[in-house]
Amino acid sequence: MQKTFLGYRRENGRVGIRNHVIVLPVDDLSNAAAEAVANNIKGAMAIPHPYGRLQFGADLDLHFRTLIGTGSNPNVAAVVVIGIEDQWTQQVVDGIASTGKPVAGFGIELHGDHDTIMRASKAAREFVQWASERQREECALAELWVSTKCGESDTTSGCGANPTVGNAFDKLYEQGCTLVFGETSEITGGEKLLQSRCRTPEVWNRFMFMFDRYQDMINRHKTSDLSDSQPTKGNIAGGLTTIEEKALGNIAKIGKRCIIDGVIDKAEVPSGPGLWFMDSSSAAAEMVTLVAASGYAVHFFPTGQGNVIGNPILPVIKICANPRTVRTMSEHIDVDTSGLLQREITMDQAGDKLIDMMFRTANGRLTAAEALGHREFVLTRLYESA
Amino acid sequence: MIHCVLHGPSDSVAVVVVENVKAGMQLTGLILDEDRTIELPCAQDIPIGHKVALQDMSVGDTVIKYGVDIGKVVQPIRKGEHAHVHNIKTKRW
Repeated sequence: MQKTFLGYRRENGRVGIRNHVIVLPVDDLSNAAAEAVANNIKGAMAIPHPYGRLQFGADLDLHFRTLIGTGSNPNVAAVVVIGIEDQWTQQVVDGIASTGKPVAGFGIELHGDHDTIMRASKAAREFVQWASERQREECALAELWVSTKCGESDTTSGCGANPTVGNAFDKLYEQGCTLVFGETSEITGGEKLLQSRCRTPEVWNRFMFMFDRYQDMINRHKTSDLSDSQPTKGNIAGGLTTIEEKALGNIAKIGKRCIIDGVIDKAEVPSGPGLWFMDSSSAAAEMVTLVAASGYAVHFFPTGQGNVIGNPILPVIKICANPRTVRTMSEHIDVDTSGLLQREITMDQAGDKLIDMMFRTANGRLTAAEALGHREFVLTRLYESA
Repeated sequence: MIHCVLHGPSDSVAVVVVENVKAGMQLTGLILDEDRTIELPCAQDIPIGHKVALQDMSVGDTVIKYGVDIGKVVQPIRKGEHAHVHNIKTKRW
């Protein structure tokens, strides 16, 4: 296996594989200004979203953690932050500034959109020109952070695409990469199988705390069972029958040898290399947004029926083993492992094929989702606003 | 051609991995964990990705896939028939 890739080393030592300058709204009200700045300055990308007002407590903490994490991600070179008022804007700016990367914040109140857009555009223009001179350099494979989450899964996910990710994860784990999986509700039925995969009893207890917390939330809000939602209609159309069956496919993504070294909350930054479990929704864009905010640089996304998701800052590599999906949705698929189900390739070869695509993506190849312009940025909410 | 795959020899269902599987066909199933094949008759048309029963199952029986419990039988299922949400349900939630 290759041991190095060409990445962008950031001020805090972390390595990214993209060089984005983003315009990040703190709240829904600032989307218009952020999009105007991105329209003015070529190479700046706005990341609009619908939240950020009147949130409080743990939900507000998660909002800030996700925005600060997004700006801090090593795939981002520099950040322009725009918020309706100064204080929360400054809080996001200060969080991102702790990485050492260029960041500037602008509050709209007492200025209006016109003046804010003008000042923020000047900053964005400087950042884009500065970022355009950053150079890729040779980086060790162990410096690459790799996340996974599957979507629009079907039964071919569990026997083809997901174990392909598992095979790659086993190999990357041995190389010292920082890995993560999650989707708490989609462990249901397979949770006991994870006990033997946890590094210590403390890790297992922490996992079960997160798992039970999610089950309690589901039990509080469910109306009948989750069969209208989990598995999804797409999952069922693809042949998945129960949550247990779906969960066993999900768990195939962590391979056979990886050990779960720790558990993190949503958008938390892992404290060291190894495999992490992140408590998260199983909704594709929410989960991918959260791992991007945790600092992951490249994402493995196995799909069966053909989920089309992308992310603004995190390249999403699609893996599919369903021959019909590979045929009908080829523009979305980066790695075709349908040969697994006809015994044309081995699981080891499938894993190597994915790792090869990971290196090509890390070195600069655009994923299908990037080329198609998929930039789903979806913030997780824990409860109502005040 | 491999028509369906199962994970281990104890699985009671297999996944159809090709299109146009029809009633009356003889199916070749690949056991992924053992890299060997089995044969079974197909009793119903089954879409790609959907499951075929490898044995007769009664109401209340546990369905095994990946070698473990994936739910319970809620309508009787005969070997070779389509096994899905109309005859299998989760034991959770």
